[in-house]
Amino acid sequence: MSSADIYREIILDYYRNPRNFGRLEKYDIESHDVNPLCGDEIEMQLKVGDGQKIEEIKFTGKGCAISQASASMLTELAKGKQLEWVKEVSKEDIFKMLGDPDLGPSRVKCALLGMKVLKTGVYGYLGAHYEEPDESEKR
Amino acid sequence: MLKTEAFDVEKVRADFPILKRRVHGKRLVYLDNAATTQKPKAVIDALVDFYSRYNSNVHRSVHTLGEEATEAYESARSKTAKFVGASPKELVFVRGTTEATNLVRFAWGDKNVRKGDLLVTTLMEHHSNIVPWQLLAKSKGATLKFVGLNSDGTLDMGSLEALLDESPKLVAVTHCSNVLGTINDVAAICAKARRAGATTVVDGAQSVPHLPVDTGEVGADFYAFSGHKMLGPTGIGALIAKKKTLEEMDPFQGGGEMIKQVFQDHSTWNDVPYKFEAGTVNIADAIGLGAAVDYLAAIGMAKVREHEVRLLDHALQTLSTVKGFKLYGPQDSQDKGGVISFNLADIHPHDLATILDEDGIAIRSGHHCAQPLMRWLDVPATSRASFQVYNSYDDIDALKVGLDRAGRIFKV
Repeated sequence: MSSADIYREIILDYYRNPRNFGRLEKYDIESHDVNPLCGDEIEMQLKVGDGQKIEEIKFTGKGCAISQASASMLTELAKGKQLEWVKEVSKEDIFKMLGDPDLGPSRVKCALLGMKVLKTGVYGYLGAHYEEPDESEKR
Repeated sequence: MLKTEAFDVEKVRADFPILKRRVHGKRLVYLDNAATTQKPKAVIDALVDFYSRYNSNVHRSVHTLGEEATEAYESARSKTAKFVGASPKELVFVRGTTEATNLVRFAWGDKNVRKGDLLVTTLMEHHSNIVPWQLLAKSKGATLKFVGLNSDGTLDMGSLEALLDESPKLVAVTHCSNVLGTINDVAAICAKARRAGATTVVDGAQSVPHLPVDTGEVGADFYAFSGHKMLGPTGIGALIAKKKTLEEMDPFQGGGEMIKQVFQDHSTWNDVPYKFEAGTVNIADAIGLGAAVDYLAAIGMAKVREHEVRLLDHALQTLSTVKGFKLYGPQDSQDKGGVISFNLADIHPHDLATILDEDGIAIRSGHHCAQPLMRWLDVPATSRASFQVYNSYDDIDALKVGLDRAGRIFKV
């Protein structure tokens, strides 16, 4: 593992200039979570349009470059997609989006916090409950 | 180049087997000592010796192994008490500082705190010296208030005096901040608190491992510390209190060992400190702590402190040249324990810790179990490098090189 691979130019750019950063005045979905280990924090708001499409999405948060860049990139991917797409997104998709950095177990949680917030919000909106997979069993 | 360390660090380092380890192919630079310290061979050997030669329960077994285990356990109590200027009857073995404050919460707090009472802690406390008092206040209908801080990371004594005017029941304060490194004049604070009629609790988790501490001089009603932060094993620590104070308190946990007689309708309590050591105690780790105390006492805590002050001076000078370096807490090594909390430009501490780990450097990043303090500093987290007897100028120089590299990766 090399941090030069993890902290590539694009990750630093999204960390310092996060896209879709801010709050929506009108929204249909709001979701928030923290990683108690790090104190990383992400909040998202979504506006749902016709055909269950994500019309608008914004996030705010504070935390490490990985958590903030990952959340920001995810909002860009999600915009315009149907809510069903959110249910299909996997952690592999997130890693791919970040350029497959070799993250240790404690940093994986940072990378996946945005996805957790998005899924929790969307599942709740659809009347379901998002249960985060238990990573500890795979170790 | 600064003068060399206060004693032969290489000789000390040779006593710690883990320091020979390589991490990612690099020499281990262990600077996370405020979280937990490494163990000298003498401590590891004491544990192995106990389990391989005289493992037995204490106090009730009259066979040879039982006698030897009891002798070693009580000798560890005597050594540890003497190390902090207390008598053995004044030392209760606990799991660590957190269990000690929780013991006080239940065994003293339940009996002495009433509705409407005021409890006082400070903004620079570890959660272990905040949350037990929050829980106590909630269960009793009491109020918990915080002593504020000055901009240099010292306690605001005016804020303390104002709270003392409200006649608090309890004043809980740390001897040395695990984040800022601030060393508080706990003897003066305890004297003021006592005059105001308050019972005092001092968190010694970051002081006993680094400074000469005489709990008699401090004069707190309760003084707590953890073994694993002072070269001893995890799972063992101490609560120091006057014999009379302990005698007046109710038990903490009920069970074996802590009783004198048990009937169907009532029980009588064992003498102190055994009244507070219910169940089979942590014999091996107490003996390990005794070995750690022997190790530190042989060096001498004044020497340990002198060493850490030199490390601090070297670090403050070296690290201040790193681009984007921002220090939190007192700037002068004389006012500070061997703890340096900092941030580097806009690099989040977790990213920094990940980069430094590649260089074999272990620092702590996060809120350090002091979230009210993080809010006061107005940062989500800090990075923290903290020292112990085995750290050298080389460790600090390695940290500087690592920080420079992190700065380049993040294009600071």
